[in-house]
Amino acid sequence: MLVLTGAGAAVLAVTRDPVRLAILSAIYGFVLAVLFTVFQAPDVALSEIAVGAIAYPLVIVVAIAKERE
Amino acid sequence: MSVFPYLVAVFIFLAGLYGVVTSTHLIHLVVSLSVAQSSTYVLLLAIGYRHGATAPIFADVPRGTRAVDPVVQALALTDVVVGVTVSALLLALAIEAQKRKQTMNPNELHTMHG
Amino acid sequence: MRRRQRLLLFGAGALGLGALLVWAAAGLPDFGTQTSAYASLLNHTAVEQRHATNVVAAVVFDYRGFDTMGEELIVLGAVFGVALLLREAREEDVGRPRDDVRGELVGAVGLGAATVALLVGLYVVMHGYITPGGGFQGGVVLASAFALVYMAGGFRSYKRLTPIDAVDAAEGVGAAVFAAIGVIGLALGLAFLANLMPGSLGTAGTLASSGSISILNVGAALEVAAAFVLLFTEFLEELQAERLGLE
Repeated sequence: MLVLTGAGAAVLAVTRDPVRLAILSAIYGFVLAVLFTVFQAPDVALSEIAVGAIAYPLVIVVAIAKERE
Repeated sequence: MSVFPYLVAVFIFLAGLYGVVTSTHLIHLVVSLSVAQSSTYVLLLAIGYRHGATAPIFADVPRGTRAVDPVVQALALTDVVVGVTVSALLLALAIEAQKRKQTMNPNELHTMHG
Repeated sequence: MRRRQRLLLFGAGALGLGALLVWAAAGLPDFGTQTSAYASLLNHTAVEQRHATNVVAAVVFDYRGFDTMGEELIVLGAVFGVALLLREAREEDVGRPRDDVRGELVGAVGLGAATVALLVGLYVVMHGYITPGGGFQGGVVLASAFALVYMAGGFRSYKRLTPIDAVDAAEGVGAAVFAAIGVIGLALGLAFLANLMPGSLGTAGTLASSGSISILNVGAALEVAAAFVLLFTEFLEELQAERLGLE
C-alpha cells in the first residue's frame, strides 16, 4: 500500500500533460484515502475522498479549459 | 524495515519537490506542490498508528479498546480540506497568468514589468 | 538559470535534504509501537468528559479548537484571494447565463445524485461527533451536491441555487459562529473556545450530546460548504465568461 502511494506520487511528479494530471491526481487521492483507512483514520480518509474526487479535479479542469482559450 | 512508512513520506516529499523544480506548466506545479503536502499527511498518520489498534471512534466498540492517536488525525483532516482551498487559490493565480501572458510555463513568467 | 544547472542544484540539495530526512526517520521509534501519552489519555477520557464518541471530532472542535479556528481563517483568506483575483478581472458582468442543452436523462440522474449528496452531506455533518465525519468533510460533500447540479442542469440552474450574496453571507456566518462561541467562552470567564455546556452534555452516542462541539461542527460545515461553493462559482464563471467570448 505504501509502495503504491509512493509510486503514485512519483508518477504525478513526472507527468506533464494537464489533462492526464487531472485524472491521475484523482486516482492518487483515492490511493491516499485507502492508505488513510489502512492507518485507521476514517475521518481523514473521508476528507480526502470528498476533496480529491470533487473539488480538486473540478478546479484543475477549469484551469485547463482556461488554458485552451 | 519498520521505519518504512516514514521513508515513503520522505520520498513523496522529494518527488513533489522534484516536480516543482522541473515543472514546465503551472498546473503541474500546483499538483506537485499538493503531492508534497500529502507527504505530511502520510507522515502524521504513520506516527499515530499503533499495531492492532482501531480507529478512535467509540460509537460501537467498547470504551477501553486500543485506538490510534486522535490528535494527529484531527490535524490531518482539517489540513486536507485547507490544502485544497489553497491549491484552488494557486490555480486562480495560474488562470490570471494565462490571461495576461498567454502562457502557463513558469520559465517564461519570470520577468516583472514595472 | 539554465535548466541543467537548476537540475544539478536541485539534485545536490535534494540529496542533502534526503539524507537528513532519512537520518531523522531512522531515529524514530518503530512504526506502530509508540503512542504519545496525550493520545492515550484522550482516548480513555474524552468520551466521558465530552460525551462525544468520535474522539477526533472532539479534538478538532474542543481540545484543539483554536487550531481549527486558524484553519478556518486560512479557508476564508484563500477564498477571498480567489474571489479578488477572478472577480476583478472579469470586467463585464456575464449577464444572463446561456442555458446549456442537456439531455433529460442527465438532468434526472443529476438531480437524484445531487439530492443524495445533499442528504449524505447533512448526515455526515450532523453525526460528526458520533461516527466518522464532521463539519469539514460534510461541508465538502454538501458543496459537491451543488457541483452535481451544475454538471447535470447547466450553469443557469446552478446560478439560481447559489446566489452570490447568500453564499458570501453564509461563509461569513459560519466563521463568525466559531469566533463567537470562543468569545462567549471568554466572556463567561472560561478559556477561549471552552465547551459551553459542561453540565448538560447529553448522552454519548446520540445526536444531543457534546455541547459546543455540535454548534462548532455546524458552523464549520457552513463555512466549508459556502467556501467551496464560492470557489466553484468563481471558477465556473470563468468558464462561462470564456464561452460567451467576453475575454
